[in-house]
Amino acid sequence: MTSENNVTDTNVKIAARDVQVYYGDNHAIKDVNVDIEDKTVTAFIGPSGCGKSTFLRCINRMNDTIDVCRVTGDIRIDGEDIYDRAVDPVQLRAKVGMVFQKPNPFPKSIYDNVAYGPRIHGLSRNKAELDDIVERALRRGAIWDEVKDRLQAPGTGLSGGQQQRLCIARAVATEPEVLLMDEPCSALDPIATAQVEELIDELRQNYSVVIVTHSMQQAARVSQKTAFFHLGNLVEFGETDKIFTSPEDPRTESYITGRIG
Amino acid sequence: MTAALQIIGLPLPLALLIAVGVIAAVGYMLTRARAMTRAGGDARGLHSLPRYYGMTAAMFAAVPALGVMVIWMLAQPMVVQNAVLPLIPAAEITSAGTQSLILSDVKRVADGLDVAVAQGALKRADIAAMADDPSGLRETLGSVGVALGSDVKPYVLQAAEASRGLKTKGQSWMAIVVLVLALGGAALALRAADPAFRARNVVERGILVLLIVAASLAILTTVGIVLSMLFESINFFRLHDWKDFFLGTTWAPNFRGDSDLSILPLLWGTLYISIVALLVAVPIGLFAAIYLSEYAGPKVRAVAKPLLEILAGIPTIVYGLFALLTVGPFLVSIFGRGDEGLLGVEWMSGATAVLTAGLVMGIMLIPFVSSLSDDIINAVPQSLRDGSFGLGATQSETVRQVVLPAALPGIVGAILLAASRAIGETMIVVLGAGAIARISGNPFEAMTTITTRIVSQLTGDTDFASPETLVAFALGLTLFVLTLGLNVIALYIVRTYREQYE
Amino acid sequence: MTKSSLLVQDARTAKRNRAETRFKAYGMAAIAVGLLMLVILLVTIIGRGTGAFQQTFVTLPVTLTEGKLDKKGNRDLADIKKVSTFGYAPLLKDAFEAKVAEAGIETALKSKAMAGLLSKDAAAELRNYVLANVDQIGDTVEFEFLASGRVDGYLKGRVTRESIANDKNINAAQLDLVDALVADGSIAKKFNLAFITGADASDARPEAAGMGVSMIGSLFMMLVVLALALPIGVAASIYLEEFAPKNWITDIIEVNISNLAAVPSIVFGILGLAVFINYMHLPNSAPLVGGLVLTLMTLPTIIISTRASLKSVPPSIRDAALGVGASKMQSVFHHVLPLAAPGILTGTIIGLAQALGETAPLLLIGMVGFIASNAPETLADGLMAPNSAMPAQIYEWAKRADPAFYERAWGGIIILLVFLITMNAIAVLLRRRFERRW
Repeated sequence: MTSENNVTDTNVKIAARDVQVYYGDNHAIKDVNVDIEDKTVTAFIGPSGCGKSTFLRCINRMNDTIDVCRVTGDIRIDGEDIYDRAVDPVQLRAKVGMVFQKPNPFPKSIYDNVAYGPRIHGLSRNKAELDDIVERALRRGAIWDEVKDRLQAPGTGLSGGQQQRLCIARAVATEPEVLLMDEPCSALDPIATAQVEELIDELRQNYSVVIVTHSMQQAARVSQKTAFFHLGNLVEFGETDKIFTSPEDPRTESYITGRIG
Repeated sequence: MTAALQIIGLPLPLALLIAVGVIAAVGYMLTRARAMTRAGGDARGLHSLPRYYGMTAAMFAAVPALGVMVIWMLAQPMVVQNAVLPLIPAAEITSAGTQSLILSDVKRVADGLDVAVAQGALKRADIAAMADDPSGLRETLGSVGVALGSDVKPYVLQAAEASRGLKTKGQSWMAIVVLVLALGGAALALRAADPAFRARNVVERGILVLLIVAASLAILTTVGIVLSMLFESINFFRLHDWKDFFLGTTWAPNFRGDSDLSILPLLWGTLYISIVALLVAVPIGLFAAIYLSEYAGPKVRAVAKPLLEILAGIPTIVYGLFALLTVGPFLVSIFGRGDEGLLGVEWMSGATAVLTAGLVMGIMLIPFVSSLSDDIINAVPQSLRDGSFGLGATQSETVRQVVLPAALPGIVGAILLAASRAIGETMIVVLGAGAIARISGNPFEAMTTITTRIVSQLTGDTDFASPETLVAFALGLTLFVLTLGLNVIALYIVRTYREQYE
Repeated sequence: MTKSSLLVQDARTAKRNRAETRFKAYGMAAIAVGLLMLVILLVTIIGRGTGAFQQTFVTLPVTLTEGKLDKKGNRDLADIKKVSTFGYAPLLKDAFEAKVAEAGIETALKSKAMAGLLSKDAAAELRNYVLANVDQIGDTVEFEFLASGRVDGYLKGRVTRESIANDKNINAAQLDLVDALVADGSIAKKFNLAFITGADASDARPEAAGMGVSMIGSLFMMLVVLALALPIGVAASIYLEEFAPKNWITDIIEVNISNLAAVPSIVFGILGLAVFINYMHLPNSAPLVGGLVLTLMTLPTIIISTRASLKSVPPSIRDAALGVGASKMQSVFHHVLPLAAPGILTGTIIGLAQALGETAPLLLIGMVGFIASNAPETLADGLMAPNSAMPAQIYEWAKRADPAFYERAWGGIIILLVFLITMNAIAVLLRRRFERRW
């Protein structure tokens, strides 16, 4: 176990200690401890209902929007407790961006979708700067070439894969430090999935990326670290190669060999 | 039997209804019994349950007979009128307008004679004696409460008598035809009652036809609305220039004729009051809906929503009285004359005003706007909210920049529906808006609306041959077209909006 | 970009949070305004309407003088009937004079002015009593007469000594007498059952006006609506929901129904006037016509709610019935309809409540502008004889000149709302009791 003191010494971006999540009476996440590194892709895998998405939503406090949800324990980003009373979730979410399972572009133009975050956070001083931010974000989202001629077209008119890349561009436009992805490819076809996976690999250079996936192949393809969740417990966490080749826990082995899940 | 029922004071249609009912019931029992006898007393030998055989009899007896009765009652007035038309000297009919004028005279005299005979003020012989000089009739009819506009001319009396005769004859024939049909139907079913007869299938097909008829009644109502207003509107436009009606700027009905009857001042009043109402209802209703759907916890929602909806359940007459007796005087006490007014401005001279009616109508529309918008806002998918929150937007930013734009078409539809409500609202403006037709921008002045003029032109003494009365139908038709247009557009918008998120 | 700490709120976030608070406050304010309006409305209704349930009565012993009522002295009812209400007025004057003298009240008023404190109904009431109790002629009987509208208004604070300056109907001296008699206990406010059960009264007698007859008118209209709208509405819904093929005809019917639900109610009044009265010659002001018009108006509401309850019955129930060999018709009538019945009933009650409060169409078919003075005696009368209806009666009172009628109108609203609240409460209870989640 790494102690809290040396968290800052290593490359740790997010540190979770004894995290418990309750939905009403249901104990959804039990005693989760994990260190997520900067400039790394970390994958959360596990059977559905195992709590991997729930834990992901704790990292940017999206669970706050659900009335019956209660979180205890300690999650720190750069050493700062994000559940501290002084923390404004609005500021936190600007720092920790999120991409959802189903592409959810706003019913606005492509440009306005991407500009939405920079506008509400006041990241630009004028139109030219905003244009710059939008272009940069769309390039980083690997969709610039496809949409540069129709920035004013509605975002909902794009194909599923394009929509998801637009949502990723939208998320990176606010210059986050961490990017959370909740099964970002589950609604996409294989070609779009490949494009998004490629994108995730590029994003690793600037961000700490956490991705929830139900596909072990995807986890193996895109991530450096993998965490296996089962029934609300973090069963095993380590180098992706190691998890997939020589798991320590029998449950992990059962899952990756297809016996449970 | 019908005669006996009529003697105890029932009107003919009701008496016939009961008679047909009795025939159907007797037919049911006889047919059921006969089917059972033919099957040798064992219901298992029948194709259908015994009661279905009885039902065929009841259905055959009642449905055609009552159907014919309804159609007969609808058609008879028209037939009688056409039969009477040749009795009016061609020289008297100078235009289509005078024809309908004379026909309505005939109708009135005929009704008057019925009343007079029923009350014993006139005998058949008296009427016959007056055939050549019916000048005394006006007074006699006046004494039984039927006031006539002028002395009765001989040909009018003749036509009235003829129409009375036809009416009586028609009613007798109707009674005979209906009873024969009922008995015949029952007899037919009785004869068909055989174990092999597929009674259930016949009954079910009959019921299906009845269900279809019931469903078509909605169409029939619309057709009735349009036709009833259309015919009288055409009569109106024969008497009054349509250009003046639609484009003139003065509304001044005058019972001596030659009135200015233009819709523009009324339309202006209607729209002005509706706009004031929407200015009150839309912001309050919309913000209430936003709060209830985005912010309020389940407990607050469970209390506040039904409480607000009580406002929608209060009858409009209550709002009318509230406008006339509470809000109006309250506004006068603020904006009123000299020493009465709190502000010392002399903007308002009476309780009835655009502002009075508009404010109260606005209150009435708050729950209408809020519950429609609430539904629509709730239909915006949660994923859009999540997307916005995930980017670090506050709740109000999410609502203003994501939820509302997404819900906009639906909300526009809701506002259009509310506008249609406001335009068609009657009681609040009858009591709260005033009766002065004018085109003015001052909200403290009394103005009048389409609906109030419909009420005032069609209540009290009405003469269906004068443009002053008939104009109400042209107003009604305009109102109908206006609200129908708004409704169709609004319902279409709301429907496409809903489908988008389903 | 500089690294910022999450623990420190930056200026921009603070500003955004203030905007958030403001926005939320607008929402709360909107709810508050809506609820405030409801409270003001209810307080106004109750504050101004409860007075109608109390009425000022004058206790007055009247000597039924034989010489005035039965000159021949033979107690022959036919002869006594010849004495009109005018013949009873002197009795009231005398009685009032005697009462004032007995109570020892000093007043310069003539006996006619004293009797003016009584309702114009008093003489008729006295006459009715005498005709019913011929044997009491010659006796002195104690009566409780209605006080005139002005006296009633004075006791209720509506009429003041300032407000009567230009009033022909009452003067300051009369009010002095009223004060004295109130002190004496002869004039007092009591619960007024006649307001709930009685008939409307003419312009000059606001104190005698009641809601009773118009309530009966409303009752008959509701019977017509229930008898027609419920079966037709249910039949139409069953067809549209269970049998109708999906084609352009059913599309038109559906669009039609949702549009009819939004047509202004006054248009239905025009339809009623043109079709039922002008064309079919049904009598003016008859509850039957009112009922027919309200039926057409309520039908779309009932159809929409009935279809919703039919739709909420799961298809598995239909399949189960069809699976044991029931016909489609049998599956609907034996299984679907009974399961949907509570919902249908709830929708019908709500539709009826709507119809009960509707006024505008009734104005056009003549249910205002006259005095519905006696209750119908037979069913046919109840349907065909001219009558008013509760909301029309309220409108009628609101239009009259004497402010005493306004109190009646508010009181009438209380009665109307009691009916509406009861109906809606029944609907809510039904829904709670029978609601089924599939």
